[in-house]
Amino acid sequence: MLHLLSLKALRERLQKREVSSVELTKHFIDRIAKFSDLNAFISVDEEGALASAEDADKSLNKNQSGNLTGIPIAHKDIFCTKRLRTTCGSKMLAGFTAPYDATVVQRLANAGCVTIGKTNMDEFAMGSSNETSFFGNVKNPWQTSRVPGGSSGGSAASVAARLIPAATGTDTGGSIRQPAAFCGLTGLKPSYGRVSRYGMIAFASSLDQGGPLTRSAEDSAIMFNAMGGFDPKDSTSIERPIPSVNELLDLDLRGLRLGLPTEFFDSSVDTAVLGSVREALQILEKRGAQLVDVSLPNSAAGIPCYYVIAPAEASSNLSRFDGVRFGHRSEQADSLLDLYECSRAEGFGEEVKRRILIGTYVLSAGYYDAYYLKAQKIRRVISDDFTKAFEKCDVIVGPTTPSTAFKIGEKTQDPVSMYLNDIFTNTVNLAGLPSLSMPVGLDGSGLPIGMQLIGRFMDETSLIGTAHQFQLETDWHERCPEDFA
Amino acid sequence: MEWECVIGLEVHVQLKTKSKIFSGASTAFGADANTQACGVDIGLPGVLPVMNREAVLMAARFGLAIDGAINELSVFARKNYFYPDLPKGYQISQFEIPVVEGGQLEIETPNGPRTIRITRAHLEEDAGKSLHEDFHGLTGIDLNRAGTPLLEVVSEPDLRSPEEAVAYLKKLHTLVRTLKICDGNMQEGSFRCDANVSVRPKGEAQLGTRAELKNINSFRFVERAIYFEIDRQIGVIEDGGSVVQETRLYDPDKDLTRSMRGKEEAHDYRYFPDPDLPPLVITKKELDAIRSEMPELPDAKLTRLASSYELSNDDATLLAADSDLADFFEAAVKAANGESRLIANWILGDLSSALNRESLSISESPVSPEMLGQLINRIKDNTISGKIAKQVFGDLWHGKGQVDDIIRDQGLTQITDTDAISKAVDDVITAFPSQVDQVRAGEEKVIGFLVGQVMKATSGKANPQAVNNLIKTKLSS
Repeated sequence: MLHLLSLKALRERLQKREVSSVELTKHFIDRIAKFSDLNAFISVDEEGALASAEDADKSLNKNQSGNLTGIPIAHKDIFCTKRLRTTCGSKMLAGFTAPYDATVVQRLANAGCVTIGKTNMDEFAMGSSNETSFFGNVKNPWQTSRVPGGSSGGSAASVAARLIPAATGTDTGGSIRQPAAFCGLTGLKPSYGRVSRYGMIAFASSLDQGGPLTRSAEDSAIMFNAMGGFDPKDSTSIERPIPSVNELLDLDLRGLRLGLPTEFFDSSVDTAVLGSVREALQILEKRGAQLVDVSLPNSAAGIPCYYVIAPAEASSNLSRFDGVRFGHRSEQADSLLDLYECSRAEGFGEEVKRRILIGTYVLSAGYYDAYYLKAQKIRRVISDDFTKAFEKCDVIVGPTTPSTAFKIGEKTQDPVSMYLNDIFTNTVNLAGLPSLSMPVGLDGSGLPIGMQLIGRFMDETSLIGTAHQFQLETDWHERCPEDFA
Repeated sequence: MEWECVIGLEVHVQLKTKSKIFSGASTAFGADANTQACGVDIGLPGVLPVMNREAVLMAARFGLAIDGAINELSVFARKNYFYPDLPKGYQISQFEIPVVEGGQLEIETPNGPRTIRITRAHLEEDAGKSLHEDFHGLTGIDLNRAGTPLLEVVSEPDLRSPEEAVAYLKKLHTLVRTLKICDGNMQEGSFRCDANVSVRPKGEAQLGTRAELKNINSFRFVERAIYFEIDRQIGVIEDGGSVVQETRLYDPDKDLTRSMRGKEEAHDYRYFPDPDLPPLVITKKELDAIRSEMPELPDAKLTRLASSYELSNDDATLLAADSDLADFFEAAVKAANGESRLIANWILGDLSSALNRESLSISESPVSPEMLGQLINRIKDNTISGKIAKQVFGDLWHGKGQVDDIIRDQGLTQITDTDAISKAVDDVITAFPSQVDQVRAGEEKVIGFLVGQVMKATSGKANPQAVNNLIKTKLSS
């Protein structure tokens, strides 16, 4: 049952040469094929994966190996790869292959990872259910009538279904944490600037952050350590080293102050979700953590603020998809203006168009001050709320989402109710803070419940450490959806 | 009615960094299309800009030179519009907080010096080029220029005539070359200008509606385009119409401006701070370092050249206008240990015309300042005459060796042997009796003819002054 093993266990087997990377890679490729109904992958690179697995085996034979040598992983299809097309879940880029590897891709390859394929996602990472993908929606392995969350839905579903040991994702407003919560995974959104954005197709540059989707905090530490760190190609990258895996995991919960924002524990949250979160907090309390009440009084402004800033940046970031140099080019066009209009009208889906329209509007002359500038001010206020809360606590805790995974199609007609899924997560992106979602229970219908931990800027250690201590006591993170065990 | 025109200029100064403003691709001019554009320049998905520090330091150097304020913190913004040669669909520029704010340049006018205020100077990336020829009705895109660093220098509407506009432009041109931040090559587009032009009745305080003139890439065209535009605007108003705010393109072949786009078609650029680039910080320490390495500025250079080298104002102005030329001059004077006026004549005369003939810049001159100094030395010590010196200069230009080698190898040394000259003079006196009589009769001018004959007989190697003296002595006895 190779697919049930953690990264650490896989590493041990590989290093003891009880299993080869080629065998492991084949095993996961077989599983991806077997469970292709989930639609978690957009591209699978059997040939390339087996070639790098062979290389990894050579290194392993020579005892030249690191934490991840020979371990198969998958990348969200937003990270540019030389070998595989990078579609960003869009018709616009359905035929696009980048001439370079993203820094994250390169770093994980250097660490010895075997890239098996690219996972499905909401188009240009715009969505909370993976239903905006041009390549079709992804099913949640816990209940295939449910969404896996989004936008990193393919990564979450594939790790949850044990189709891959770990995967990368990106999080602009909750796109790692919300699918992690919906699929029972540990998902880390590092501090803004921790993981290079070079080669990660931009949605909202000031909010986007790459991170791992894994089964446990321990796996998260291993992935984060390998993918993060300063990159001179990204001017917003921070020049500080990532702590070692041991440093990330080794935390004494005694005296750690966990802040409970009153705004995150209100009646809009499902009782099952609140119940599981409270139980989890009790466990942490038993191990020495202190619970304190804090307030994030402006968090209600998060959604409107986010839905001004993110679309504004997106409207500009997506301008390069004009049919001129790469991406979809309309056959209908007779003039330059036609070329732009038709290529973009045909290449982008509805949600992407909606956000480009909103973003263009809020940046327009006469509206800029009232929307974009105002939103920037609110962003500062939201950030200040966190700073104040962190005077009283070390980690902020609460539910990752107000509810568990919803049904496919349930919210597609109502964008605003879809947006509200990210109510607890997107303020964290606005403030640039690190945050992690971990599984803390199952609801009445057997769907995973996620708890969110938010840390001070650059303090991923407290988040991964707290989650690891919790996971030493509990087994929620080891639960596997029945059909995929 | 008497009219007054009001002009403000926006000049795009291409900074001569080796690599582009946000990528490592080369900025060299003239490469094959699209061979000098990397992933960042062509706006591939996922790429990110990284600031070229050299461009920032150049902008700061300019700011200090015009006595402007350097913002310790300035912000890059995105200027959004669609165009095929704009790969990202936005240009990275500076909007609300530019790197340089305020400053001025002083220009000379017939009514004395005037100070022209500079509003701001900001950093931005250039776009690529759309090529409409050679593609049979299609448009080609060359992105080599995309991402080239530009410093856009915006003046206040302080200029009052086309001549003043040209004087300002020339002053700016000299300054950026002296600062070594721009090669100033207008044909290659390294120094480009847009002009905002309006007219108003003389004495009126309020500004008239302006037109923005584009595509004026020489000093001459700037003057002509503005002249045309002033006449056009006055004509419109005097015919009872009113000037509309618009962008107009100058057509140098027809010598007129024509409307390119009106106010209604003006873009809404939707500027906002570029989230990919943190605010640009320039520290006090960096500014101090730039200040300490600041070259001598053109005005100071002019004053110093005129006074310490006893040059005419015209010569000093010409030399100070090109710091390379001035450096060449000073090095040559040093090599010749003086003779500044003679050297200035050589540089502004023979050397400049040779350079122009072959379209070379002074830094590409095959004749070095040391060579010119040595040549002057040989004139000074009477080894060669001024006339022979021109011949030696020609050989130096064609790389035929050093001054002394050329003189020796070709036997160009002046005849200092008085006996030999004396004999040549005697021969000429014998051969031209009628001219000799004229001189004796007091027609001094004819001496020149006799000197010429002696020079001819000695292949120019006799010292003309010595010959002149000898003829006078011999004929007066």
